[in-house]
Amino acid sequence: MSSPQCVLELRDVSKHFSTHRAVDSVSLGIERGEFFSLLGPSGCGKTTTLRLIAGFEEPTSGEIRLNGASIQHLKPYQRNVSTVFQNYALFPHLSVRENVEFGLRRRSENHIGKRVAEVLDLVQLAGKESRLPSEISGGERQRVALARSLVLAPDVLLLDEPLSALDPNLRKQVRAELKNIQRQVGITFLFVTHDQEEALSMSDRLGVMHAGQLQQTGTPEEIYLRPRTRFVASFLGALNWIGDIGVRPEATRISKQPPGAEAPSHPATVAQSTFLGNCVHVEASLVTGQTVVAEVSRLGDNFVAGEQVFIWWQPADELRFE
Amino acid sequence: MKRTGVALSIYALAAYLFLHLPLLILSIFSFNQSRFTVWEGFSLRWYAAALHDSQLTEAASNSLIIAIFATAAATIIGTLAAYGLWKRSSPALSGSLYLSLVTPEIVTGISLLAFYQWIFRFLRVQLGMHTVILAHVSFSIAFVVIVVLARLRSMDRQLEEAALDLGANEWQAFRHVTLPVIRPGVVAAALLAFTVSFDDYVITSLVAGVNSETLPMVIYAIARRGANPVLNAISAMIVIGFGALILISERLRAR
Repeated sequence: MSSPQCVLELRDVSKHFSTHRAVDSVSLGIERGEFFSLLGPSGCGKTTTLRLIAGFEEPTSGEIRLNGASIQHLKPYQRNVSTVFQNYALFPHLSVRENVEFGLRRRSENHIGKRVAEVLDLVQLAGKESRLPSEISGGERQRVALARSLVLAPDVLLLDEPLSALDPNLRKQVRAELKNIQRQVGITFLFVTHDQEEALSMSDRLGVMHAGQLQQTGTPEEIYLRPRTRFVASFLGALNWIGDIGVRPEATRISKQPPGAEAPSHPATVAQSTFLGNCVHVEASLVTGQTVVAEVSRLGDNFVAGEQVFIWWQPADELRFE
Repeated sequence: MKRTGVALSIYALAAYLFLHLPLLILSIFSFNQSRFTVWEGFSLRWYAAALHDSQLTEAASNSLIIAIFATAAATIIGTLAAYGLWKRSSPALSGSLYLSLVTPEIVTGISLLAFYQWIFRFLRVQLGMHTVILAHVSFSIAFVVIVVLARLRSMDRQLEEAALDLGANEWQAFRHVTLPVIRPGVVAAALLAFTVSFDDYVITSLVAGVNSETLPMVIYAIARRGANPVLNAISAMIVIGFGALILISERLRAR
């Protein structure tokens, strides 16, 4: 956790608003150059965590370290981190260029023109320099917000659900672009989202938050395949519960014949079969009355309602919790 | 569809006539040769008379000086007050501000007069331009706060956070982000402060001294002696002056 390459470290950080524990003893280390996501439902404390790091809130207790130095008492403008806001918060009276220049001018840095041109090139906004934020599209605004922060070369770039204001078609495309930009510039990204697909597809590592607490951190594979709590397991994707055992729908097998000795099987009755285009969801009732969903290929067997089938899975695909 | 359109136009025309007909008639008669409300031919004699009346020109210059100083002070104080109230909303503080709006002018005037008289026991000063300016600052602040606060409330609070985040300190965030964003509101507030200051009679007449008579006070005194076409000319000039001021501020706003 406190390895030397950690650029940002949270040690037992809590933030209480009167009696509400928005952030509850969160400890976290983020490595230099990493794309780290904080994933959780709305109200889980992920945005508050981001605001604590940015300096808009002061923690009730705990320590925040940037490059090994405590920063929790510093003003936002004294920390070398930068935020891409959910609604972008572009300055409406300034042009695209002036928005991107803003931070450099406050720090009276050199080569402002050249650096602004480079970053606008990176986010493909060259040619729109003199437009006002009200004169460009939502996707372009998102890129201005990104450029405005990137140009300052922050130690950590904080992104607060930056894709949620975009329409769904654009979102997938922007995901890839964002990941690509992060690889090119090598800046550490701390990305807050409630969308598990976003977190899984973009992150090197992610942390799952629930009720102010960080429940688990790990790579997308670790979190998805070996969730430590029931909350993490069910937040990351659909789950069938057979007694105390959880099995993901895509790991749940369904067949017309018993599978033989390789795995124990459970007789069941098909309740309904839903064609989803790329796959088929077959819903079946076990003799215990429990309903499970199996995600099967549309190229395989057809299952119709009322049919007697067998449900089984590989022991390695079982998820067990205390 | 067509019929309602015509009816609406007629209604709107009637409403505007109701609003502006008196002003129109006043303007027409300000160019009348005769001293009475019978048209006898075009003439600029009342304008000449107004501009040569030293009592009127002195009062007009007093009014302008008072309005300029009062507007400047009230706009600065009021904008900062609105900013403070926006940052940290306090129902008690904003409530007491609105109280100064609903207090009848005569009460404000008398209380200011009593206040000055009490102060004069300790300071060797008398009623004059300075007391009028102070009075005008005090009653215009609430107007400024209301207009600027309305503008601030429509502003995204995260803009200031974004400025701090990008390395601006609190003052720079205010100077480079908040102030430019609320500028139309500040201009509108200054215009309103200027108008209420220039226009005020009740409070001013109570706190003015011998050499600080304002235009409304002189106009009122002349009007009490009977209708005088000079007043038509003066009033028309005031309307044109304020019209020009509004046009200029709209231009500034559109820029």
